[in-house]
Amino acid sequence: MTERVPLVVIGAGPAGLSAAAEATAAGVETLLLDEQAVPGGQIYRAVGRANPDRRTILGADYADGAGLLPVLKSSQLDYRPGASVWQVTPEREVFYTVAGKATAVRAARMVLATGAMERPMPFPGWTLPGVMSAGAAQILLKSSGLVPDGEVVLAGSGPLLFLIANQILNAGGRIAGLVETTPRGNLARALPYLPGLLRLPAYLGKGLALLARLRRAKVPYFRGARDLTAHGGTQVEALRFTAGGRTHELPCQILLLHQGVAPNVQITRALGLTHDWDAVPRCWRPRLDAWGGTELEGIAVAGDGGGILGAAASAHQGRLAGLQAACRLGKLNEAERDARTGAHRRALSAQRAARPFLDRLYRPAGAFLDPPGETIVCRCEEVTAAQIRGFVGLGCLGPNQAKAFGRAGMGPCQGRLCGLTVSEIMARTRGVGVQDVGAYRVRPPIKPVTLAELAAMDEDDG
Amino acid sequence: MPNDSRFRRLPDPGRRAVAIVFDGRAVQAREGDSVAAAILAAGIAVTRRTPVSGAPRGPYCMMGVCFDCLVEIDGMPNCQACMVEVREGMRVRLMAGARGPGADLQGSKADD
Repeated sequence: MTERVPLVVIGAGPAGLSAAAEATAAGVETLLLDEQAVPGGQIYRAVGRANPDRRTILGADYADGAGLLPVLKSSQLDYRPGASVWQVTPEREVFYTVAGKATAVRAARMVLATGAMERPMPFPGWTLPGVMSAGAAQILLKSSGLVPDGEVVLAGSGPLLFLIANQILNAGGRIAGLVETTPRGNLARALPYLPGLLRLPAYLGKGLALLARLRRAKVPYFRGARDLTAHGGTQVEALRFTAGGRTHELPCQILLLHQGVAPNVQITRALGLTHDWDAVPRCWRPRLDAWGGTELEGIAVAGDGGGILGAAASAHQGRLAGLQAACRLGKLNEAERDARTGAHRRALSAQRAARPFLDRLYRPAGAFLDPPGETIVCRCEEVTAAQIRGFVGLGCLGPNQAKAFGRAGMGPCQGRLCGLTVSEIMARTRGVGVQDVGAYRVRPPIKPVTLAELAAMDEDDG
Repeated sequence: MPNDSRFRRLPDPGRRAVAIVFDGRAVQAREGDSVAAAILAAGIAVTRRTPVSGAPRGPYCMMGVCFDCLVEIDGMPNCQACMVEVREGMRVRLMAGARGPGADLQGSKADD
């Protein structure tokens, strides 16, 4: 028999831990599934086992994540780390694998808190070993205490790039260059929205402090960089680009890329939910109500998986989703629920107000949304931007057809890393909006599962 | 293929050493390392060759999104090295190029 549980939360980052905290506090038995071995999500990754030295390197905002962990001691909580969720159905069945054993549960309610992924930053050479996402370097630092040794170059756009550069410096790393690709016109477009950002005064202060630290450390800083290409043999050896009317070449052992994050919509897509195209931050997000509820009864989304607002906002969204689940499960009445939501809604409102400025300031440059022809867009199947444009010339209308035209999005990552780029390229080539070309359909299993695991599960159920 | 690591470890006295084997070579990891972190620390930058062109690839996202760190772990092919923590005696192998039919079966037999 499939196990039945009142509430399943998927993801143990700020949103998932917060949802679980509210639900369990109200007396809801909660199953928390997380793909990672330790809680915290990506933002607070491994915070529970970070030593004081590591917390100093990573900063106070990271160390604060430890405040989310007490819920793990709740007797109402069944926390299962290392759980790879490979299917979620509209009937709220969840299929997942832990250590090679597949299990199914049926939930009365669900909160999907699967967070964000880094936006791909495709340009020629970005597939070379040694080229990594900036977030990957941060994960290595948080989880394993690994610091790039030798010359590091960071390239791209967005606040995380400056934070990671600071953390690498704190850890004794050497930064050979910070190559900012933010288009110069972005600031003028963002400025009218500055009052919104000022509702979070600390945010601006933190940003300026990060920049000042880089200046003090005399990190070579290039702005308005374009025409990026990475070079090397079996590993990256240099980044070439133009900035200020000159061509530069920075030798490097590690090249870290970042141009913002986008919602991880793999599960909400696989559920067939409506997703709207967010034209300023250039990403999809599932359509949600004020509680994070989706079009499917009993299934909510909390955190960056529903649209990028950051860790602080994600925790508040998680609280709201947890309170709503507890209410719908009869553990809180509506008055009790509503009495606890005010502070979370106010905090969320301030976080939301800051986004129009940030989204415009750090909107990626067109060259990394619609890259040069020789750029590998689909890393798994090695499909280039020129080939995608060629498919359009042959009458291919959207990403799903592109699979048939040339296997784009059909490799092991199932389009996670090329999906946004393929949709952008096809929209621009056709001269229509991204919402008109759509996105890859996502089908289960959304993570690899072996036939042996499936067969063993049938035996258990029989 | 092994060369000097492009990463170094910060001191971490609390974390126990864990020995794994990568393509027949002994690799000293630390408790809590993902397989991908352990092999990057050991100076192994290339985790696979692509099935299409044979191009080298290494870990890119470290969070289970890109699948560029797919390796064989204890006989099981196509494991995401960034999503699996090291265990004492774990055997990790590079996956080169395209796999023929039946590779999964051979993998699960080796696992038994």
